[in-house]
Amino acid sequence: MIVLAPEGLYCPSGDFFVDPVRPVARALITHGHGDHARSGHGAVLATPETIGIMKVRYGADRIGTTQAVKPGETLRLGDVAVSFHPAGHVYGSAQVRMAFPPRAPGRAPVTVVVSGDYKREEDPTCRPFEVVPCDVFVTEATFGLPVFRHSRTEDEIAKLLASQRLFPERAHLVGAYVLGKAQRVMALLRRAGYDRPIYVHGAVVKLTNFYENEGIRLGDVRRVDPKERPKLGGEIVICPPSALQDLWARKFPDPVVGFASGWMRVRNRARQKGVELPLVISDHADWEALCTTVAETGCSKLLVTHGEADALVYWARSQGIEAEPLHILGYGDEDAEPEIAEDAA
Amino acid sequence: MNRFALLLDRLGYEPSRLNKLRLLVDYFRTVPDPERGLALAAMTDALVFTHAKPNVVRALAATRVDPHLFDLSYDYVGDLSECVALLWPAPPREPGIGHNRPPLTLSEVVMTLATAGKLELPRLIAEWLDLLDETGRWALLKLITGSLRIGVSARLAKTAVGELGGRTANEIEEVWHGLRPPYVELFAWVEGRGERPDAVDPAPFSPPMLAHPIEERDFAALDPAAFRAEWKWDGIRVQASRGLEADGSTVVRLFSRTGEDVSDSFPDLGEMLATLPAPRFSLDGELLIVREGLVQPFGVLQQRLNRRTVTLKLLADFPAHIRAYDLLRLGDKDLRALPYTERRERLAAFIDEAGNPALDLSPLVAFTNWDDLAAARRDPASAGGGPDAEAIEGLMLKRADSPYLPGRPKGPWWKWKREPFIVDAVMMYAQRGSGKRSSFYSDYTFGVWRSDAEGEGLVPVGKAYSGFTDAELVKLDRYVRNNTVNRFGPVREVVHGQDEGLVLEIAFEGLNPSTRHKSGVAMRFPRVARIRWDKPAREADRIETLEALLRVPA
Ligand SMILES: [Zn+2]
Ligand SMILES: [Zn+2]
Repeated sequence: MIVLAPEGLYCPSGDFFVDPVRPVARALITHGHGDHARSGHGAVLATPETIGIMKVRYGADRIGTTQAVKPGETLRLGDVAVSFHPAGHVYGSAQVRMAFPPRAPGRAPVTVVVSGDYKREEDPTCRPFEVVPCDVFVTEATFGLPVFRHSRTEDEIAKLLASQRLFPERAHLVGAYVLGKAQRVMALLRRAGYDRPIYVHGAVVKLTNFYENEGIRLGDVRRVDPKERPKLGGEIVICPPSALQDLWARKFPDPVVGFASGWMRVRNRARQKGVELPLVISDHADWEALCTTVAETGCSKLLVTHGEADALVYWARSQGIEAEPLHILGYGDEDAEPEIAEDAA
Repeated sequence: MNRFALLLDRLGYEPSRLNKLRLLVDYFRTVPDPERGLALAAMTDALVFTHAKPNVVRALAATRVDPHLFDLSYDYVGDLSECVALLWPAPPREPGIGHNRPPLTLSEVVMTLATAGKLELPRLIAEWLDLLDETGRWALLKLITGSLRIGVSARLAKTAVGELGGRTANEIEEVWHGLRPPYVELFAWVEGRGERPDAVDPAPFSPPMLAHPIEERDFAALDPAAFRAEWKWDGIRVQASRGLEADGSTVVRLFSRTGEDVSDSFPDLGEMLATLPAPRFSLDGELLIVREGLVQPFGVLQQRLNRRTVTLKLLADFPAHIRAYDLLRLGDKDLRALPYTERRERLAAFIDEAGNPALDLSPLVAFTNWDDLAAARRDPASAGGGPDAEAIEGLMLKRADSPYLPGRPKGPWWKWKREPFIVDAVMMYAQRGSGKRSSFYSDYTFGVWRSDAEGEGLVPVGKAYSGFTDAELVKLDRYVRNNTVNRFGPVREVVHGQDEGLVLEIAFEGLNPSTRHKSGVAMRFPRVARIRWDKPAREADRIETLEALLRVPA
């Protein structure tokens, strides 16, 4: 039904790929992150939101012909019935469900669900994850180890605001992946009652504007004027993780270096990146959420695309579920930046 | 316990010394006795209790977590305490249970451990882990396994205590010996509520003076006439301290550079120092093995250090010797404020008077300009090093007028190491690092080409775990993960062959013949000088290149 080709997950009877890592004729895209949504495909099928994001990132002329598929809508590709279902990962993110004709007349169709990246936590910037029952569940496992237990995001935002109160003269930089994480942090800050302007690095502007245009309210967001940096003591500034180590970051008054990522759970990872204020805010499922989801799909077979696959495969087998790691290379290389933190955007 | 855990957590992330100090001062100011004193003891390594062995913690984790999932997690996190702290399942919150229990304090932990029997440990630890949150669990495990490395030196902790009442760290150091946790009288004195505790260490350790590596560009600003040069001997830097107890008995201590008491490993030196005519002194020098007047290369000293028990045969086969650099204290006098040349005169007289064959003076290297010195560095044997040249690892430049300052002040002392040797080798295995690098594959075993009965292959010649930047480490770690062909416990075998593999340019200080290594050689201080992403593995160096080095005096 689905096979692993060099380009990525391939469905021969529907002749399409899901999140291929190389250009292909027809691609179904789960969400707009650079490692899943690449440019240069012949035809792209995705949610309208994801197509919007791809246009912002790559330009309409570099993503081939597009077909927007609304969540829940079913379309036929060959003999496969395909539909998209919310994944809760970032704005527009979806799981892909494929229903194959029954093996014998009178039997139920065989269903495969490819999760893409997902999380179960509530997120003000995207639709919540929906459990889609299936026979074969193809999951991610970015945080597929029992040590990953994400904190409550409210607590992490409170930690950021407490630090801001403690060091009112220092700028608080928060490294956050430019698509999804950055806007989620803004929305969470607003929800916590933070009403001062939120400053952003230039790289965050385009996608934030896109979110705003889509009707996701993020309040007063201002692009950092490089000349004004020394005056931003006490402000919260959101930037791409890679900017934290740049000269760019050093022009702020005695910056507190924060980082919003699931990796921040492990001290050495945080420290290695020179982070002083680790914020465990993740757009991926933690260990418990992964296990819960696998169980809730009721799948009899589990395939793990990327991440810490070994533990999840082991756990699934112990639950009597047939499980295999796929070790797909190319995921977790957001924008091919050699940064561990970007993996888990 | 919670305040202490939060302090440790924040300290661990805080890079600036000044902000660390602020956090510490704030802690000592707001936390009462005896809690703060025990925290001070924990940070200065002064707590005495039987540490829980890592395998106790592991076994405990196995009671709550699937062992295979534990192994995978541990392999990922790299640090046992943190791994268990993260994995430990939240305790079942039964209503009514635990409500009347006061929060766990550091004092309770320390007092309980001081008297607890080994067999009680697992039950106690499990109980405590159930009471704490993730940060608390982490701090507790760090503490009880004796692996509390939080980037705070004892010196910084003492500085913070001093700041409570305008005292310097040196003032705290002066009374430190003789005080015991929880240091109630120390805090009372610093806060102006009590007398100065008096305690004089008869054989104290003084933080040694260290040198900065000199760079080519530094010479232009330096006047050769203002400096003296000595050989940098390749042994162990030690401080020998001798004094009298209140009852008149003699105390001799031998300290490593970091203040660790190594007297027990060198009873021969202890005896030698005890028989010298001066009853009270502290001197700074290099510990070497000298056989029949010849200084042995470091490899020989290494052999003595490798032996666990000190036998008479060991003492006879590996006679220890001190080559003196400096005199810090003599009788009642602290000489550290005197200029180098004056201290050296007194040191020479001291050694003369001692007349002991196991103690001599590190000679000066004569020079008038930097070129002379560069020549001496290239060829120590012809510049006075003679047959001892093999044990010379470079030069020390000391300002003639320099006082003896603790730490590594920039300017008065410089070290000028010999040029390192360079070899291109292929990465063969990788292992996780320790400390802040424990979640990265940062220790690399590398090999060079050799032909033997089985044909052409790579033979491991050393292990390097430094020399690269953090950014390079991220790339190397990723390379290892993506190119693993085999796993042996914590070790990953990385792809290596004629047509694939990563070439590392390795710099090292010298080479010793070794029977313990398959290659027959052991490298000194190997580190990664460059990562040769571009170089094909087959073009890496061959063992013959290294064997040739063995024959020249390293
Ligand atoms: Zn993603
Ligand atoms: Zn991804």
